[in-house]
Amino acid sequence: MATTNNNNFSKGTDLAVIALYLIMVAIGVLCIFMVEYNPNLNWSNTVLTAKTNFSKQIYFSIFCAAVAIFILLLDSKVFTAFANLSYAAGILLMLATFVLGKNINGSKSWIPIAGGFNLQPAELCKIFTALFIAKFISKPETDFKKLQSHLIAGAAIALPAILSIMQHEMGLALVYSAFIFAMYREGLPPVILIVLLSFAILVIATLLLEPTVLAIILTVLAGFFIFSMIKRFKRNKRKILIVFAIWGICFGTVRFAVPYIFNHVFECYQSTRIYSMVGKEYDCSQNKKSASASGERHGKKPDDYNVKQSKIAIGSGGFWGRGFLKGTQTRGKYVPEQHTDFIFTSLGEAFGFVGTFIFLGLYLFFLFRLIRIAERQRSTFSRVYAYSVVGIFFFHIAVNISMTVGLFPVVGIPLPLISYGGSSLLTFTVLLFILLRLDADRQMVLR
Amino acid sequence: MYNSNRGRIIQIIIGIVFSLIILQLVSLQIFSSKYVLAANNNAIFRHIIYPDRGIIFDRKKRALLENTISYDLVVIPNEAKGVDTATLCAILKIDKEEYTKRMIEVIVKNSRVKLGIFEPFLSTEVYAQITENLYRLPGFSLSERSIRNYPYNTAAHVLGYVAEVDVKFLEKHEAEGYEMGDYAGMTGLEKQYESVLMGQRGVKRFLRDNKGKIQGPFEKGQFDTVAIAGRNLYTSMDVEVQQLAEKLLQHKIGSVVALNPKTGSVIAMASSPGYNPNLLTGNQRRKTIGRLLTDTARPIYNRAIKGQYPPGSTFKPMGALIALDEGLITPSFGYNCFGLYTSCGDPRKCEHHNAGHAANLQLALANSCNSYFLQVFRMAIDNPKYHNAKLGYLKWKEYVNSFGLGRRLGIDLPSENRASIPDTAQYNKDFGGAKYWNSCFMLTLGIGQDRMTATPLQLANAMAFIANEGYYYTPHFVDSVEEEDDIDKEVLAKYRTKQAVTKIPKEYFDIIKEGMHGVTVFGTAAAVKVPGHEFCAKTGTAQNPHGKNHSLFVCFAPKDDPKIAVAVVVENAGFGATWAGPIAGLVMEKYLNDSLTKESKTKMDYLANVDLMPANIKEWYIKNNKTEMLVPLNYNNDELSDIWDMEMVSEQAPVKLKLDTLKKIDTFQKNKPPAAPTPSKQNNKESAINPVQKKKK
Repeated sequence: MATTNNNNFSKGTDLAVIALYLIMVAIGVLCIFMVEYNPNLNWSNTVLTAKTNFSKQIYFSIFCAAVAIFILLLDSKVFTAFANLSYAAGILLMLATFVLGKNINGSKSWIPIAGGFNLQPAELCKIFTALFIAKFISKPETDFKKLQSHLIAGAAIALPAILSIMQHEMGLALVYSAFIFAMYREGLPPVILIVLLSFAILVIATLLLEPTVLAIILTVLAGFFIFSMIKRFKRNKRKILIVFAIWGICFGTVRFAVPYIFNHVFECYQSTRIYSMVGKEYDCSQNKKSASASGERHGKKPDDYNVKQSKIAIGSGGFWGRGFLKGTQTRGKYVPEQHTDFIFTSLGEAFGFVGTFIFLGLYLFFLFRLIRIAERQRSTFSRVYAYSVVGIFFFHIAVNISMTVGLFPVVGIPLPLISYGGSSLLTFTVLLFILLRLDADRQMVLR
Repeated sequence: MYNSNRGRIIQIIIGIVFSLIILQLVSLQIFSSKYVLAANNNAIFRHIIYPDRGIIFDRKKRALLENTISYDLVVIPNEAKGVDTATLCAILKIDKEEYTKRMIEVIVKNSRVKLGIFEPFLSTEVYAQITENLYRLPGFSLSERSIRNYPYNTAAHVLGYVAEVDVKFLEKHEAEGYEMGDYAGMTGLEKQYESVLMGQRGVKRFLRDNKGKIQGPFEKGQFDTVAIAGRNLYTSMDVEVQQLAEKLLQHKIGSVVALNPKTGSVIAMASSPGYNPNLLTGNQRRKTIGRLLTDTARPIYNRAIKGQYPPGSTFKPMGALIALDEGLITPSFGYNCFGLYTSCGDPRKCEHHNAGHAANLQLALANSCNSYFLQVFRMAIDNPKYHNAKLGYLKWKEYVNSFGLGRRLGIDLPSENRASIPDTAQYNKDFGGAKYWNSCFMLTLGIGQDRMTATPLQLANAMAFIANEGYYYTPHFVDSVEEEDDIDKEVLAKYRTKQAVTKIPKEYFDIIKEGMHGVTVFGTAAAVKVPGHEFCAKTGTAQNPHGKNHSLFVCFAPKDDPKIAVAVVVENAGFGATWAGPIAGLVMEKYLNDSLTKESKTKMDYLANVDLMPANIKEWYIKNNKTEMLVPLNYNNDELSDIWDMEMVSEQAPVKLKLDTLKKIDTFQKNKPPAAPTPSKQNNKESAINPVQKKKK
């Protein structure tokens, strides 16, 4: 592909990342081919006519390569200059979706563009948000130690996330939490991470345990805490109030917040998926949301069908895999959405543990390489942006693979550079190549 | 740099998450084997190709059974949309409700996307109508299946039947690869030679997608196996003789067994009541099986190998043979019988009063003198050579067993009965110890009564033994298997070796044969003739606890070069010479001459229509409202006449009989002594000590 002579465009472009990028895209095309393979089709014909997904993906990647070259040719100052503007445009596009939007798979987040292709603004908005956050944090007047800065950044991230939720794109919305990496790196107090982690544990515990049992455990914990630090509390009575406050918040979360979220915020299928992750059944009759807005997105098959078939596909691969094009789960189309969100299963089935291990190794190497790139930036803008990219990639990879192997509830987010889809491939290409362009000018201090 | 250690922390977090994923992959891909199974269950569809079962031929290479194609109407419920139900219901003669009911049944059994049987075993007309209208029935199709067909409507007991295997069968034959829905031989030769007849099933594996649609062969068919057709069996049976035997047994309970003494091959084996084997195939089966199972006359029961009958006087030649070989008597040995046997105290009655009817062995056999053979039996048991009655009895029993009585012969049919030649232990128990009994206690064993029983097959085999003068071949149906392999050879080896080669000298056999020849010339069976052949025979009229005497007849022919040995039993019919004798005569005639004389045909018609069903069985039918069972499920006379090219036998046949034939039959019966009333509830043990035995011949 055309990216081989990138050196001519700008000195210092990271060739290792480009190589990894090309390998990943190639693996992606191969995986999509495996999913679609059918011995009765004439493959050379379908490549030319672009009637199959894998051939479309080839055209997408050619297009993306062109975009990548275009980005590498740009001046790196463009990104800082247009960061705020692009964010504003992205939010506008997302709002426009509510008017122009087209319903695909129950998610009204697509804008139809020419040639039968559709654009998903929420997808592109990730890039713009990354640029915007980088711009905001790198501004000299921003002191990212202050709570105020945290709140502004948080709001900037939350806005597209909320819009995504309104478009029934839970997965895309969750991706925005990936910015926590960048924010943490730039000075977000670790307490927030700990609090968030505790909250996650509390939510899972709420799902797993009976409310009364959990309440008793919380009370015992609080009592134990007070008892063990009784001397300190004697000196400072205010601290004991803090413990009580925390106990109260926890109790409130367990009794009211979590049930409220599951019954009123999440839709029935989402609650069911989350409950099924911890091996429990969710009673949909409690769900007020799907009762009011019924018929929006209801799976026909039982909700754990995807995960079950996905685990069968990966598990049946065994150590060495069933062989290229020999996976029966893939050939029989047992895994729904296998070419997009469940693409990892075709790899796991065909090449087994050996294949998945090597594949994960590639991804890990890729992420660590990006972190290395991030750390070598002189400019804060570039570093924040790089960590945003790391966060977004990592979040996609971790959540996507975790959901296919049954470690995470099913949320519809693609596997970066592998899953079928032009929007997704383009987003990751742009994200990555902007980073490479910035990295090429890593000695410059961008504002 | 500021906060740069946080980059490291982020790396650690990423590393932990990846490790978790890899751990999960290890558990999924390396430590759980269930996923491969689950994937195969999902995607691999095994299609079993049933080979044609082997065919069984008679001695003239006529197929006793063959395979025909039957069609099932099958349906994929999901594709059955816009079906012209009115037409379909009209063809199948069902209503709309039934249609819906069956559709639901199919869905419940096989799901909506798989083929399910809507109507099995279509008749020819229905098949034709369905094929014409198939375009109106989307989702429906016709599926072939091979079923058995019996072109001669005969030999149901011998051939047995195939049926769908049940859970029990699957447990028993676990290693043989049967599956639910398979058919296997359940009785008769079909069961005995199942492994030969079934062939080898082929398995084709297909890839099936998530909608149950076939995608193509799995792994290019490299795991597929080819179906290998079952191999054929060649027997020495004769379809025409078999049909004749079955026809002659109509309206009677009994059995006919005909053997080729030279090889031990079975020529014909009939058991009555029987049934037309075609009634247990295809859609007939459901209607028939219930009736067959509930019938008190037990039409499924093969009396030829399972029926235990006291052999009565048919045992006498064997008794004489023992005495001759032991040197106890000479052919000229005579016994002065005046109609009673009194040596054991209580007098035993004998029917013959004329002096000299037992003046020598030949006369005694021909006239079937009871006293003579009671005496001969006592001599054998009390033989001074063996010191006491027990040892004498054991020797006698050894002889009898060597003739093939009282033990399983090992015919190639399942569940043969060994019948009974009693053990000394039984008498020790009866009489309180070995010391307390002597030859007088089981006296009537000498005339084939007491506790002695034999199957018709054993009796026929004993005739083969005498005909061969000292040996027999284990009776069997199958002479050879198509493309015999080592296993088949091993199975058939025992049918190809001589059994019971005794050291009894030929001249003793000659004497017995002369005696048995006498039976047919001037003795009890003088009225039974086989045109063109001299033959040897012995009649028997056996007392039994179930009612009237059993009519028995054993024989072989021709006298000097025996080609056929026959045993006939007609239950509760009376004299051996009256019923069993003529039946055996016709069977021999048919086999030896290949056709019956006109006179014989008349006799056949008469015999075939004589109703000798015991009264208690008829009463049972009436009492249980099953009078329809009075009409036997037997044979298609059309077929019989087609083959024989003779006049069809109508129901009025006996009336149509020519007057002179009737007269002949009349005199034929009058020549015999009149039937004496027999006690109906009397068991064998009682008869042994019953003071006055009513034996006649």
